Amino acid sequence: MAENLSALAMLIGAGFMLIAALGVLRFPDLFMRLHASTKSATLGVGFLMVAAALEFQTLTIVARAAAVVVFLFLTAPVGAHVLGRAAYFARVPLWEGTLSDELHGHYDPATHALAGPEAPPAPEPDDPDDA
Amino acid sequence: MSIAAASNVAFGLLIVAFLLAFARLVRGPSLPDRVVALDLMATLAVGFIATYALATGEPLYVDLALVLALVAFLGTVAFAHYIEKGGRSWRRT
Repeated sequence: MAENLSALAMLIGAGFMLIAALGVLRFPDLFMRLHASTKSATLGVGFLMVAAALEFQTLTIVARAAAVVVFLFLTAPVGAHVLGRAAYFARVPLWEGTLSDELHGHYDPATHALAGPEAPPAPEPDDPDDA
Repeated sequence: MSIAAASNVAFGLLIVAFLLAFARLVRGPSLPDRVVALDLMATLAVGFIATYALATGEPLYVDLALVLALVAFLGTVAFAHYIEKGGRSWRRT
């Protein structure tokens, strides 16, 4: 029973990783590729680690498999966000069918800090009486 | 289905996934695209090691998957840091 479940989880995980690679190859711009790579590949690794835990069923291996899953679920979104942010500053082009870029104009290109129409106004110049 | 048969199928799927990710690595067109492909290949390697542990029945390989997952994240963050601080346009990769 556990062996059958393990084999099934292994096939599902490998299938998800294949779908992730297909998305990375076929999607038209960087941010869609990040979407495919991050979510689908992380889920695939999760299934493969569940397969390993079901097959070996010792405490040390189950704990290590759980550690891999927890670590990947923590780091994959962070890594994708950091890379997407860097790519946005590097002006990687969006897909030509993109309808809106809500971040446009909200980042200061020099400091990479949030700025633009919705940023708080610049501080008032010092009152000459204080000087 | 036995573990051996399922792991053979899983190896096939993962190898095809490696080839597709490698095609994106070669085609680019920008440096962040290549980093995405490399990150995906590292994640695929983690899955490949887990499948290999199942195929050989050797549970120690799960440790290697854990270490590779840690290192791959650091690599992606380092690449992203240099892309963000580099100040180069994406065309000049």
